[in-house]
Parts: sequence; C-alpha cells; structure tokens
Amino acid sequence: MKNKDFKAFSTLVGGVSRRDFLKYCTIMASSMGLPLGAGAQMAEAVVNPKRPPVIWLSAQECTGCTESLLRATHPTLEHLILDLISLDYHETLSTPSGKQAEEARAASIKENKGKFILVVDGAIPVKDNGIYCMIAGKTVLDILKETAKDALAVIAIGSCSSWGGVPSADPNPTGATPVHKVLADAGIKTPVVNIPGCPPNPYNFLSTVLYFVTFKKLPELDDKARPVFAYGRLIHENCERRPHFDAGRFATEFGDDNHRKGYCLYKLGCKGPETFNNCPALLFGDTGAGTWPVGCGHPCFGCSEQEVGFHKPLFSKASLHLVTPPDTYPHTAEAQGKGATITGVAVAAAAAGAAFAAVNKIAGKLGDDDKKK
Amino acid sequence: MSEESKPLGGEILTKPFLFFAGLFGFSLLLILYRYIAGIGAVSNLSDGYPWGLWIAYDVVAGTAIACGGYAMALLVYVMNKGQYHALVRPALLASMFGYTLAGASIMVDIGRYWNAPNLFTPWYANPNSIMFEVAFCVSTYIFILWIEFAPAFLEGISKYKEHLPSFVRNWNVEGLRKTLNKWLFVFIAIGVLLPTMHQSSLGTLMVIAGWKLTPLWQTPFLPLLFLISAITMGYAIVIFESIYASTGFKRPLETPLLSNLSGIMPWLIGLYLVLRVLDVFLRGVIGAAFKFNLYSLMFWIENGLYVTAIVFLLPRESRSSSRKLFLGAFFMLLAGTVYRFDAFMISFNPGDNWSYFPSFAETVITLGMISFELMAYLYIVKKFPVLPAAEHA
Amino acid sequence: MEIKRRDFLKVAAAGGLTVASNAHPALAREAKGRIKDAVGFLYDSTVCTGCKACVSACKQNNDLPQSSSTPQDPLWDNPLDTDSRTYNIIKLYKDGTGAVKDREKDGHAYIKRQCMHCVDPSCVSACPVSALQKDPKTGIVTYNKSACIGCRYCQLACPFNIPKFEFDKTFPQIRKCQLCDHRIPKGDFAACAQYCPTGATVYGRVEDLLAEAKKRLAYKPGTWQVYPVERLGGPVTTEREVTPYIQKIYGEKDGGGTQNLILAGVPFEKLGLPKLDERPDAQRSETIQHTIYKGMIAPIALLGGLLYVVHKSTKDHK
Repeated sequence: MKNKDFKAFSTLVGGVSRRDFLKYCTIMASSMGLPLGAGAQMAEAVVNPKRPPVIWLSAQECTGCTESLLRATHPTLEHLILDLISLDYHETLSTPSGKQAEEARAASIKENKGKFILVVDGAIPVKDNGIYCMIAGKTVLDILKETAKDALAVIAIGSCSSWGGVPSADPNPTGATPVHKVLADAGIKTPVVNIPGCPPNPYNFLSTVLYFVTFKKLPELDDKARPVFAYGRLIHENCERRPHFDAGRFATEFGDDNHRKGYCLYKLGCKGPETFNNCPALLFGDTGAGTWPVGCGHPCFGCSEQEVGFHKPLFSKASLHLVTPPDTYPHTAEAQGKGATITGVAVAAAAAGAAFAAVNKIAGKLGDDDKKK
Repeated sequence: MSEESKPLGGEILTKPFLFFAGLFGFSLLLILYRYIAGIGAVSNLSDGYPWGLWIAYDVVAGTAIACGGYAMALLVYVMNKGQYHALVRPALLASMFGYTLAGASIMVDIGRYWNAPNLFTPWYANPNSIMFEVAFCVSTYIFILWIEFAPAFLEGISKYKEHLPSFVRNWNVEGLRKTLNKWLFVFIAIGVLLPTMHQSSLGTLMVIAGWKLTPLWQTPFLPLLFLISAITMGYAIVIFESIYASTGFKRPLETPLLSNLSGIMPWLIGLYLVLRVLDVFLRGVIGAAFKFNLYSLMFWIENGLYVTAIVFLLPRESRSSSRKLFLGAFFMLLAGTVYRFDAFMISFNPGDNWSYFPSFAETVITLGMISFELMAYLYIVKKFPVLPAAEHA
Repeated sequence: MEIKRRDFLKVAAAGGLTVASNAHPALAREAKGRIKDAVGFLYDSTVCTGCKACVSACKQNNDLPQSSSTPQDPLWDNPLDTDSRTYNIIKLYKDGTGAVKDREKDGHAYIKRQCMHCVDPSCVSACPVSALQKDPKTGIVTYNKSACIGCRYCQLACPFNIPKFEFDKTFPQIRKCQLCDHRIPKGDFAACAQYCPTGATVYGRVEDLLAEAKKRLAYKPGTWQVYPVERLGGPVTTEREVTPYIQKIYGEKDGGGTQNLILAGVPFEKLGLPKLDERPDAQRSETIQHTIYKGMIAPIALLGGLLYVVHKSTKDHK
C-alpha cells in the first residue's frame, strides 16, 4: 500500500494512523488463520476507492448484532466499516429514514445489481404471509426476496437469521425462519454465509467481509454455511476450563467453592461441548483474558448453535454426540497378556523333545528285549 | 516289607544327576529373582491368565502323575490284591515327591505366601471354596505321604545305624517303626480318602470359571473325569516308572506283574471316554469339536491319546510286551496331562484379546522342580529300601 | 448346563466315589438373593460422554498410582483395562467411522468396566481364606489383604475378569473396586458416581436403581426426561433427550444378578460384557461341593469304610 493512497484514506476515515490500520488488518487476517502477508493485502483492498456496496436488512431482531459490531474497538471501527464498504442501507445506522432510505435501497439495488453484499440480521417471519414484520408497508419477507435475488452474496449475521434464533423458540408464533431457508424455498440461488451467535463476535463478521473484499470469494464454509475459520471447532476443545473437565473437577452450583475456583461449568449446563465457535480464542470486547461467558463463570448456553441456544433447557447438560471419540480410548477388547516368545517356545519344545526322546529310547531298548525273549 | 525291598546302592553323582542338579540350581536362581521382583518378572502370567504352567503342570498334572501311591493303595489295601505289594513303595516314593514338589511350587506361585497358614486358620477358612478343599487336602496328604513312606526311612536308618551321629543312634528307631507299622493302616486309609477328595476337586476348581472355560471342557462332570483319569494315571505311572527304573538301573523287568496290573486300565479309560463323550453329547456342544479351531484340535488330540492308550493296553498279548506296556502307560500319562493342560490352560479363554504362553523362566522353574524330583528319586532308591529286591522280580 | 443332584450322585456312586453319600442326600446350594439395602450404581451408556471423570475421581479417592500402557512414553495415565492400579475404566466401542453415538454400525458407545458387585459372587465363593467377602448390609464385595494368600483363584473365577493382581510387586495383593466403602461412613458415596457430571453413573439402593432403569427403558426416544445425577433422590438432576435403549438391564439377572446395573444403546456383547447364565457359577460350583461334602458326612463314612477295609487287608498281607 502506498503511503500516498493511505493519506487519502486516512482523511476519509478520520485520523487513523497507518500503523494502527495495518495492525488492525493483520489481526483480522490472523484471526482467520491467513498467512502473514494477507494483512497487507487486506489493507490494500480496503483502501481501494471502489468499495463494495452493502445493504443491511433487519428483520425480527434486537439490534444486538449491530450493537456488537459497533463495539469492535480497533481504531474507530465504525468509521472503518462504514467507509471501507459503501453501506447503502442500514435501518439503524442510516442518517436518512422513511422514503429517502427506501429510495436509497432501491437505487443501490438497481445500480449495483449482482455486485452488492446483502447482510441480514433477524429471523424472517413467514406465518400469515409474513405480516409480523413490516417495513415501509412491505413485509420483510418480500423485501428479502427482492433484494437477495440481485445480491452477490448474503451474509446472515446472528443466530436469528442463521437458524431462527430467539423468535423461532418454541412455540414460534410468527413462523420465524432463517434466511437460507426463505431463499431456498423461494428458489433464489444467491450464496448464503451464516455468522451465528447472539450476538456473533464482530470480528468473525468483519473477517468474512474483509476476506470477501480481498479475495473476491467467500471463505471456506462448513455444511451449515458457517466460515470454518470461526466455527470449525467446539468451544469445549479450546476452553480454558477444559483441564478441569478432564480431571473431573466441576462447579456444582453458582457461587459454590468449586465455582469460585474456576472449575468446569459442565454440570451447570455449559453447552461448550456441542457448540461450534471460537469464543475462547477470540474473546469479546477487546478487554483482555477471560472476557467471554465461560471465562466470567457462566456456562456457555450455545447461542450460536442450531437447536441448542433458545431450544435446549438452559441448565440441562450438553450431549457430546458431536465428538467422535479419538482412538486414545481403550477399546472394548484390547490385546493383553504375554504370548509366546522365542525363548519360551524353545525351552518348552526342548523339554517336550527331551521327554519324547527319552521315551523313544527306552521303548527302542524294550523292543530289543522283547525280541530277545 | 523290608524283605521285599532293598537299597539299590551305587554312585550318586552320575551324569544325569549332575545335569538335573545344574538345571535345579538355575531354577533356584530364577525363583530367588521371583521372590525379589515379583511373579510378573519371571512368568507370563497376567490378569487374564492368572494360572499358567505352574498350576497346570506342577500342581494339577503333577499331582495326578503322582497318584501312583493312591492308585496302588486302592488296589492293594482296598481291593486287597496283596500280590502287587512290591510296587507300593516305589509308587509311594514318586507320590511323595510329586506332591511335595506340587506343594513347593504352590509356594512359588501364590503371591502372599506368608499368609498361607490362613488356610488352616478356622476364622479365615472358607469351606465353600474348592480351592480351600484342594489346598487343605493336598497339604494334609503331603504329610500323610511322608508318614506312609517313613518305614522305608526308618529301615534305612536302623541299617546304617553305626554310621550315624550318636544322638540318632540312641533313638529307638526299631520301636518307632513297629509302632508306626501297627498304626499305618490309619494313614493308609486317610491316604486313600484324601486323593479321592482332592483329585476330583481339582476338576471342580474349573467349574466356577464358567464361560471362561470353553464348552468342550466346562462340565459339572469335571470332578468325576478328573478322578477317573487320575486313578488311571496313577497305574500308568507305576508301570512307566517300574520299566524306566528297570532299564535305567539295568534291573530285571517286572513285566508279568505289570501286565496284570495294566489289565484294569483300558476299562477305566473306557469308562472315562464313555462319560466324556456322553457328556459332550448330552450338553449339546459336540458341534464345537468340529469347528477346526485350537479347541477342537486339542479335543481330538487329547481323546486320541486316550484311545491310543487303550489300543496299547487292551489286547492281552500286547500287555505282555514290555514295550507296548511302556508305550501304553506313556500315552495314558500324556493323555491325562494334556487333558489337564487343556482344562486349566489351553481351553481357558478369558476373552479373545488375552494371550498366554509360558515364559522361558517360568518353564525353567517347572523343569527345575522336575529335576529336583528326579534327583531325590535317584538318591533315595540308591540309599533306602524302595525298589523290590531283585530276586522277587 | 444343569446338573441334577440326583444324576450327579448316581454317577458319583458309580464312579466309586462314595456309597455313603446316597444315604445322606445333600442339599443343592440355592442361588443367593438380593440384599434389601444393597447399594450399587446404574451406568447408562447412552448418557455417558466418555469424559473419564469417574476414572480420575476413582484414582484420587483410592490413592491409586498412574498406570501407563505406553512404556516408551510413561507420562500418561492410560491403562487399557482395569488393572492393579485402575479400579474402573471407560472403554470405547467403535465401529467403522464411529460417527454417531450409541449406534452399532458406524457408531460408537462407551462402557464403564469395574467390579459389578455380584449378588452371588464367584470370587467370594472361590476365595479359600475369605479374603473376599460380601458385606451383609451393603452387599459390597470387599477385600482383606491380611487374609489373602495370593492364589488368584478369584481372578480365574470372576466372569468379568475384575480382581487384578500386582504381578510386578514383591509383596503383591489383589486390587479391585470396593465401591468406595471407605467413603460411605463420611456420608460420601462411590466417587465415580459422585463425580460423574452427566448422571451416566448414579449411585443408590439397588432396588431403586432397578426401578429407575425400568423407567428409563419405558421412555420414548426423542422425549425430554429428567435424569438424576450423582445419586438417586439427590438434589442434582438434568434434563435430556432420550435416545433408544436396548431393552434389557444388564445385571438384573445376568450371572445371578449384579449390584451395578448397565443400560446401553448398543448390544451388550459389543461392549465386551459377557453373556451370562441366570444361574451363578458360584451356585454350580458350590452345589457340587456341598453335594459331596455336606457336613463332611460322606467323607467320614468313606473313611470309616476305608479304615475297616485297609486294616483287614494289612492283616491279611502279614
């Protein structure tokens, strides 16, 4: 990245030093497990004057995802994210509202057909033709359908848009449905990335966007369309309390001795063993070690996992059905005992041989004696 | 009895004796090592195969081979066949050593040997335990055997009185011998009862192993099969030993006496085989004999050996051949031994994942025990009146 | 296989064992029944997550040293089976890809192995010096090392291969789970149950455990049910979605019944549990023994006969 380009960019985003900016991009790259040079590559892409347009739709949501994103504290992130992409529509953050805002959306769709990124937070109510969430006289269901079909990619941010989240909790009165399902049912083939979480870690979202901006493709996704870099591992696998689990040391009640000692929270209903996320590695709020739910002493409740958060009872114990056991377990039948060795067989054979030889010799002698008679 | 037995005399330190002494010495070193480093250090015994060669051979097969004294006492004193009297003493000698050595190997085999007196402590003894019955009977029987054999020692002592230290000379050996002879019948009777009890119980030992003993061997008739085969092995060892001693010490063969004695064996083996086969059929496990695995192979080998023994011993003319008699006795001993190995080791399967084969040191310790037995036998027949006087044969 | 007392006696007589025992028919030993307040635990393989907390809790509470199955890398406590330093162990059944829990094909399942505390234990029957005994109140099978002679007959007798022997020690002893009987007076209970986070191992009275197990077998798979954790009737419970069970309680009747019961989602043989007769081996063995030796009447009668015959013979020979 040339210094000249950056100066222009710096004035644009309002006083970020070049050093801080590069640092930020490097952190983004490293949280995705990209090679060292990728940070500079990202910075390059971000200052490119042709910023990708983004339309952000909100359905049945609580704005938690947006709030969380705003609290990503690396150098003036809200500026960065608002300026490195061209955020053409966002109900919470746009200055215009009402007709103006809706016009901006329509204009952007028209102008950037097939080029913009659509971000959705919140579940889509489909019951009764989606009347439970209406914006500017239209159901969000319709808005989503018409917007998504022209988008380059859809990022479903938060558990609501990924799996249905809170609104879909039993008995799901509004028929809250995840974005990918709505699109699949409508036959819209735009690719969907899920960034589940309640709220999701902003860096998982930012990393995905930056990756897309940089490499012009989506990062590697798992079978549930989640980026593998963020959701490839169970919380249980990287949890700082895991040694306590392995040693059988558990907190049994909130505030008991073992809880104060920082023991494993499995018995309190921690869903770490069935939830895929990078919380223990990435933490929250950039305030240092231990700032994530389990770190603070509360069991993970599986917010980012389909059918776990908002579906399983809060304090019921997680099942470990997702973990295929390693072969370090002893199997039901392990070869044991000491079998034949060369010396063992040799001495046994020698003894048997000697006995047979002796018998044979005597029998031979006796044969002679009998004949003599 | 002194009229019919006399010491053999001759050199003690012969070549075979020295070979056995060497083997025994080596095994003593290994036994010492076992007492220092534990049983696992010398043997291949494991939690799956807690019993191996030491129990299967030294104790189970060893005492059955040492049943000569029992079998002869049964014949001479219970069936009242006085004509076989001359064979009793050598048989008793072999029994005495066989059992004593079995007792000694148990002290090597059991882990907490210092607690062995608990077997004779009323508040520890568990009469429900087959092991208790076996241990109690066997140890008592060892004692009885030494008493039964004591007259031979006492005769030996009174004969060589002048060579002995003065305090021994002053003992009233002759008086002791007479008193003992008067009451010997009590010990003989107990000496018949005890093997009847424990030779059958040795079989019962495996009943509790349940599924771990393969079905071809696991049967409630184990005690009876063990008892019958122990008696036949007793007769077989008397014949075997007599012929072996005759050729080894270049003495006249006792073939006519032995051939009469062996007449009973084919019938006993026959009874055994009928029971064995009927049992396998009635329990419906005969199919296991045709599975072409190790177990079915051992089943056929084992019973084939019994049949071979019958083939050698059944025809009258074959019994008068010392060679066939010898081979018949040998096959009988082999059959009985293989049966015991099968029941205690080979067909014992605690799970297919477990394996066992005796280790080098384990086998050497057993061979050392056998060596000691042979050494002691050689010594005693040369020094004490055991073998029948030559003119008797 | 059943052996009828009559049949056995007939053959015993025919075999020349004794004529006297016919005159005094001995009683067949009855199988022992469950002790009313016996304790044990219920291990539910479908609930178990294989965390091995029970294994480490057991080691801690019984002061057991580590047991390494990898001598070239002795850092780890990784026994392959229960051994003289390991009273309980979690083993894995895995088939093919092992992807799905409690599925026989291409699945996996855990099994906890340790002393089952049989109702009619073979080891107790086998022990010649009463070193292994069944507690008359709790039914726990205990071991007394000051009685033990180390003959290892208990190892041979146990259908579960549970008693383990210290083959590597100069002064060895038998080692096995004694259901933490040293913790019971302190108000605690079996460490493996007390430390089990999932409720896969729950401690309780055997009667209650049987009732709980039967209740679980009746649950409809897919429904959510409350499962007790640590012990039956205790303060801790958990809710979980029921997965299908094999409709059998292992240990209800197997081998004459055991105080530790097992439920599983894959066939018990696959988990390495032996198929046992309802008739305990101890009963078979003791029936034979008692038939011959009840009250020592037969041996004494036989001895009397022998004394007479032998005395007569020895006189004849002189």
